Amino acid sequence: MQTVRTDVAVVGGGGAGLRAAIAVAEAHPELDVTVLSKVYPMRSHTVAAEGGAAGVVGADDSLEQHFADTVSGGDWLCDQDVVQYFVEHAAHEMYRLERWGCPWSRTDDGAVDVRRFGGMSRPRTWFAADKTGFHVLHTLFQTSLQHPSITRADECLALELVVRDGRVAGVLAYDQREGYPVLVEAGAVVMATGGAGRLYAQNTNGAIVTGDGMAMAYRAGAPLRDLEFVQYHPTGLPGSGILITEGCRGEGGVLLNADGRRYLQDYGLGPETPVGEPKNKHMELGPRDRLSQAFWHEQRAGRTVATPRGDAVHLDLRHLGRAYLRERLPLICELTEQYLGIDPATAPIPVCPSVHYSMGGIETDVTTATPLPGLFAVGECASSGLHGANRLGSNSLAELVVLGRVAGERAAAAALADPAPSDPRVRRDAADAAARHLARMGRGSEPQVGIREELGRAMDDGVGIFRTREGMERAAAAVRDLKERYADVRVADTCPVYNTDWAAAVELGAMLDVADGLVASALAREESRGSHQRLDGFGERDDERFLAHTRAWWTPDGPRLEHTPVTITTSPPATRAYGAAGAAGAVGAAEGAGAAGTGEVAR
Amino acid sequence: MSGEVLGTITLRVQRYRPDIDEAPHLVDYEVPWGQDTSVLDALNWVKDHLDPTLAFRWSCRMAICGSCGFQLNGTPRLGCEHFVRDYAPGPLVVEPLANLAVERDLVVDLEPFMASLERARPWLVPDPDDPPGGTGNRQTPEQLLAYRDYAMCIDCLLCYAACPQVALAPDFLGPAAITAAVRYDKDSRDHGGDERLPALDREDGLWACTFVGACSTACPKGVDPAAAIQQAKAATAAAWAAEFLLPRRGGRS
Repeated sequence: MQTVRTDVAVVGGGGAGLRAAIAVAEAHPELDVTVLSKVYPMRSHTVAAEGGAAGVVGADDSLEQHFADTVSGGDWLCDQDVVQYFVEHAAHEMYRLERWGCPWSRTDDGAVDVRRFGGMSRPRTWFAADKTGFHVLHTLFQTSLQHPSITRADECLALELVVRDGRVAGVLAYDQREGYPVLVEAGAVVMATGGAGRLYAQNTNGAIVTGDGMAMAYRAGAPLRDLEFVQYHPTGLPGSGILITEGCRGEGGVLLNADGRRYLQDYGLGPETPVGEPKNKHMELGPRDRLSQAFWHEQRAGRTVATPRGDAVHLDLRHLGRAYLRERLPLICELTEQYLGIDPATAPIPVCPSVHYSMGGIETDVTTATPLPGLFAVGECASSGLHGANRLGSNSLAELVVLGRVAGERAAAAALADPAPSDPRVRRDAADAAARHLARMGRGSEPQVGIREELGRAMDDGVGIFRTREGMERAAAAVRDLKERYADVRVADTCPVYNTDWAAAVELGAMLDVADGLVASALAREESRGSHQRLDGFGERDDERFLAHTRAWWTPDGPRLEHTPVTITTSPPATRAYGAAGAAGAVGAAEGAGAAGTGEVAR
Repeated sequence: MSGEVLGTITLRVQRYRPDIDEAPHLVDYEVPWGQDTSVLDALNWVKDHLDPTLAFRWSCRMAICGSCGFQLNGTPRLGCEHFVRDYAPGPLVVEPLANLAVERDLVVDLEPFMASLERARPWLVPDPDDPPGGTGNRQTPEQLLAYRDYAMCIDCLLCYAACPQVALAPDFLGPAAITAAVRYDKDSRDHGGDERLPALDREDGLWACTFVGACSTACPKGVDPAAAIQQAKAATAAAWAAEFLLPRRGGRS
């Protein structure tokens, strides 16, 4: 085992990790930053984000509206101090990306353009055509290359956090290129490893999105929070799950059922808006949870379209015309041509809900600190409190840079204040953990493919768009069974370098740990809120009992759960409404706010 | 494999395990395929059902992460966006990208490229005399178009596999790295051209390129590295002329 000493270790080279590393380098160039990533950074899944990143600009938008959209979009499970910090800093970070060279799409006068997005009351989504994540990631990666204090450890698979005396002392990883384990001793560790969408069979995520960082933190004694909130993106391709951006609907795309009806008007999102005139928070620009739930009902009613890869509805972009589609949605044109053989200018795209984003993750506060000293977490692997029970599209790319900067600055400060001295006990613990992981090579009899596919089906069926106790208990039993089988998982490959068979087994172990916490968290939430919807008598939001985060602690006997308060600052829970009801509610809320303001003056 | 099986294909895959094998060799696998089975799907089927030790890189399976470049019947392509139906019944020969050292099976060594990319200094240098304010730069859609296509590079290295000069001169900066430099040189917000010039204006920089254009043919994203290199050559020649005729600019070396 090689031992490396660094000031700040960042695990994950996606948008959040790179932004954190740059923040350390800018604030404290005297500190060493080591970015460990299991893939080369430009392969990270940030690359696949399409639609955009939210940040308030312009006179007809306001921080208050972005705050209100985010809090109601999250069905009041957002920590409002975090939302406030986020909306105040989002545009600033977007402009910083601009100065680093991000090729944002522009208006004719050279200003940055913004587009409409689901659940947002104003156009405030910055975009680089429909490859926003790709451009944000490459901008951050290329910008990071100019900082000599940033060292990359590419294709190093993180295995475990090493904890000593109640604090994180380093990260144990495996260098796939060199073929040996590496202990990175660090004053502070930033976890930025992304989500866990691959737990599910039908998902939009890349192969690498396996919840590794969540599982490492969980096993090391940090709680995972709100895992039950899993976002289905309403428009993935059936089977492959390839993402068809919400930007399609922001630009005016419409959703049609098998009868050609714009069915969203039947689910509280109407009245029907004219084709070609998208209206914020109406119809196709409702939030992702509501749209995915509407699909489920249409499917039940037999009004979806059968495709060889499962039921779908039609995303119709034809009225936008070929030239506009090529300019604003070029990736979508490429993807539909390559994978479906259709031109979206002449044919509708079959789409279905696909797991897309983990709202839950490693619990942090607004400083990205976790309850485990020395450990910070940011991006999709974290539960910062920003997204609540349902994330609004384009808030997560913005979160990567807003809280990524915070994570870097805070981790640097922590490493300066308390640089853990090198400790032989840490090296011994790491060596033991490495031996345990490496012992899997060339052993076992349970094929990985069976465990992985059964897990995906169990999650799709049991903890999907709508849930029941019975279904969730089946999923829980399946996960328990799979964990037992995993103890004897087969790793045929014994080669020390690029042992992807072994790496996949490590990832599968992480997926099972996260799945265990997720199903338990879902079972315990006896209400319906945001993306967690129940059909078994808990169909309403229950603020009496569940205006609360779910916190899951790892124990040898399975997850131990508790519920903790949500931070409410200025927006008490209210009815979450879209379409005409939402518009009426917004007027009422504005009047209510005015009345409260008057009250303040009177007092 | 979900969806209807339409046939099977012989995948003839190059295998190489550095701690055991003397040399790379080809192994045949019979793989069922359907209408939308990509070559990447087929490789994953082999890994799941026939031989879990087969090593290759992949992630996004939507042609944006740049991981899954292979030689398919001798042509560099992304495995995720080419379909088995177009190669059936085979044999389809799948080899690691050409011109790059093989680490194992289909995994090639990316470290030389990462070093080249860094040498190209692919980051934006603001105007030292007039840095943009807190709200950034203006850039018209036309100014964006001047570099937009060059910014579409996904670092998949198909262009390195296609380039005859990379094969002949391993130190050649190469199409993608040069394109990354030109992408910033052409950006209206950038003032780093002089800093990038030393890496470009060398025997193993721009001048190694003989303008065969294989890079642009191989590129899955329409980047056209050959055009980037030609533009950089012209700009470099102009810089020579300026240096010869005018006093040294800015005092930078």
